[in-house]
Amino acid sequence: MNRGRALVLAVPWAWLLLLLLAPCVIVLVIALSESVDRVPPYSFAHPSLDNLALVATDPLYRDALLLSLKVAGVSTLICLLAGYPMALAIARSGERWRALLLLLAMLPFWTGFLMRINAWIGLLQDDGWINTVLGGFGVAPLRLLYTDAAMYIGIVYTYLPFMVLPLYARLSQLEAALLEAAADLGAPPWRAFLRVTLPLSLPGVWAGALLVFIPAVGEYVIPELLGGPQAQLIGRVLWGEFFQNRDWPTAAAVAVALLVVLLVVPGAVFSFVRRRVT
Amino acid sequence: MTRSHATLLAWLILCHAFLYAPIGFLVALSFNDSRLVTAWAGFSLRWYAALWQDQTLITAALLSLRIAAASATLALIVGTLAGYALARFGRFRMRGAFAAALAAPLVLPEVITGLSLLLLFVALEQGIGWPAGRGAGTVTLAHASISVAYVAVVVRARLAGTPVELEEAAMDLYAPPWQAFARVTLPLMAPALVSGWLLAFTLSLDDVVVASFTSGPGASTLPMVVFSSIKLGPTPELYALATLIVVAVAAILLAVWRAQRGLAAATIARDSPLR
Repeated sequence: MNRGRALVLAVPWAWLLLLLLAPCVIVLVIALSESVDRVPPYSFAHPSLDNLALVATDPLYRDALLLSLKVAGVSTLICLLAGYPMALAIARSGERWRALLLLLAMLPFWTGFLMRINAWIGLLQDDGWINTVLGGFGVAPLRLLYTDAAMYIGIVYTYLPFMVLPLYARLSQLEAALLEAAADLGAPPWRAFLRVTLPLSLPGVWAGALLVFIPAVGEYVIPELLGGPQAQLIGRVLWGEFFQNRDWPTAAAVAVALLVVLLVVPGAVFSFVRRRVT
Repeated sequence: MTRSHATLLAWLILCHAFLYAPIGFLVALSFNDSRLVTAWAGFSLRWYAALWQDQTLITAALLSLRIAAASATLALIVGTLAGYALARFGRFRMRGAFAAALAAPLVLPEVITGLSLLLLFVALEQGIGWPAGRGAGTVTLAHASISVAYVAVVVRARLAGTPVELEEAAMDLYAPPWQAFARVTLPLMAPALVSGWLLAFTLSLDDVVVASFTSGPGASTLPMVVFSSIKLGPTPELYALATLIVVAVAAILLAVWRAQRGLAAATIARDSPLR
C-alpha cells in the first residue's frame, strides 16, 4: 500500500480508535468497577463481576430488557405492516412522482423530533384535540397520554420513515419485467407478489427492521414523554441509574447487557427465520 | 392504473396524513391567542413575540447552531476520507473491521453512545487533563463521532455510482493523485458532501440524549432546554419555534434540491475531463 493511501486511512482509523473502540473498552472497565462516593463516582481498585451479575439476575433490569424487546418488536412489526405498502406505492408510481413522494415520506424526519413529540402531547392530552373530536361524536374522554398506546404511536411515528427508505430502495430496483413474466405465466397479482416481489424485497425488510428495532430498544425520550411511569424501558433505567442514582458502574453494566442483547437477538431471529425458510 | 395500485396509493395518502397531522396541528396552534394548546381563542402572533424575547431559548439555539456547524464540518472531513477509502481503495488490510466500526454508530442506541462517550471524556480528563470539563466542545466531538458514519455512507454511495475511469483518465494525463482528487473526484462528490453535511447538521440539532450525557453545566443545547420544558407541558411558544424550524427546513431542502440539480449539471459540463 502506498503512503498516500495509508495517510488517508490513518485519520478515520485514529478517529474510530479514539471515539468508538476506546469508549467501548472504558464502559466495560467501569462496569467491572465499584460505585464510590467521590468525583468521578467509580473505583477500579477491586474489579468484580458484581454489577454485571446484578443486571443479569435482578428482576428490575431483566423485566426492563424484556419490555424493551417487546415494545421494539411490536413497533417494528407495525412499521413493517404500514411501511411496506407505502414503499410499494411509491416504487410503483410514475418516474416523475417517485422523488416527490419519497421526499414527502422523509420530510417529517427533518423537522425536529422533540417538536413532533410535543405536538403529539397536545393531541393526546385528556383535554386534547383527539378527545375534543371524539367528544363531538359523543365518546367519553379517553385516557391517551401516558399510556402504552401513546408510546407506540410515538415510536411508530418517529421510525416509520426509517422503514420506508430501505424498503423503497429495494422495491424500486425490482424489474417490472419479472412481474410481467409472472403474469404471462398465469400468476394472479397476489401470487406474483408472494412469489416474486416479497422474496426479492427481503433484504430491504431486514435493513428496515434493524433500523427501527435497534434504536427503539434503547429509546429513552419517547417512553419518558409519552409513556406512563409503568413504561420502564431499558433506556429509561440506564438514564435513571446514571442521572438520578449517580451509579455509573451499574449504568455501564446496563449498557453492556443491552449491547449483548442487541448483538444476540437480531442474529438469533435471522438464523431462525432462515432455517424455517430453507 | 390498476385497482391494487389505487388501494396502495390510498394507504400512502393515509400514512402521509398520519405523518403530517401533528405538524399541521402545531403550525396552526402556534398562531393561537391562548396560553393553552387545547382551545382555539383566535389568531395571534404573540407567541412569536414571546419567542423573540426568550433569552434562554435564543442562547441555547445559538449554541446548538454552533455545535451543529462545527460537528458537521468535522464529520464531513473524517467521513469523506473514510467513504473515499471504502469506495476507491479496493481491498486493503482490515477492510471488514474498518467498515464495521465505521457503521457501528448507525445501529448503537443513543443511550449507549452518550454514556460511553461521556465515560471516555471523564477518563481522558483524569488521565491527560483533556478535555478539561465538559461543554460545547465535548458535545461537538460526540455529535461528530455519530455523524461520521452517515457522511461516509453518503459519500461512498455517491462514489460507487461514479465511474472510476474519470479519475484514471486524469492520472493518465499526468495529474498527480492529489490533483486528480481535487479536480475530478471532489467535484463529482460535491452533491454527496452537501447532503452529508446537512444530514450531520440536522442530526446534531435534533439530538437530546447524547448531548445530555456529554454536556456540562452552562452548556445546554436547544433540544436539552426544549426537553425539560416539554416535561412541564406543551406551550404555544414551543409550537411557534417548531413552526419556524419547519419553514426553515422546507426552504433549505428546496434550495438544496434545486442547487444539486444545477451543481451536478454544472460540474459535468465544466470539469469533465472527457469534454
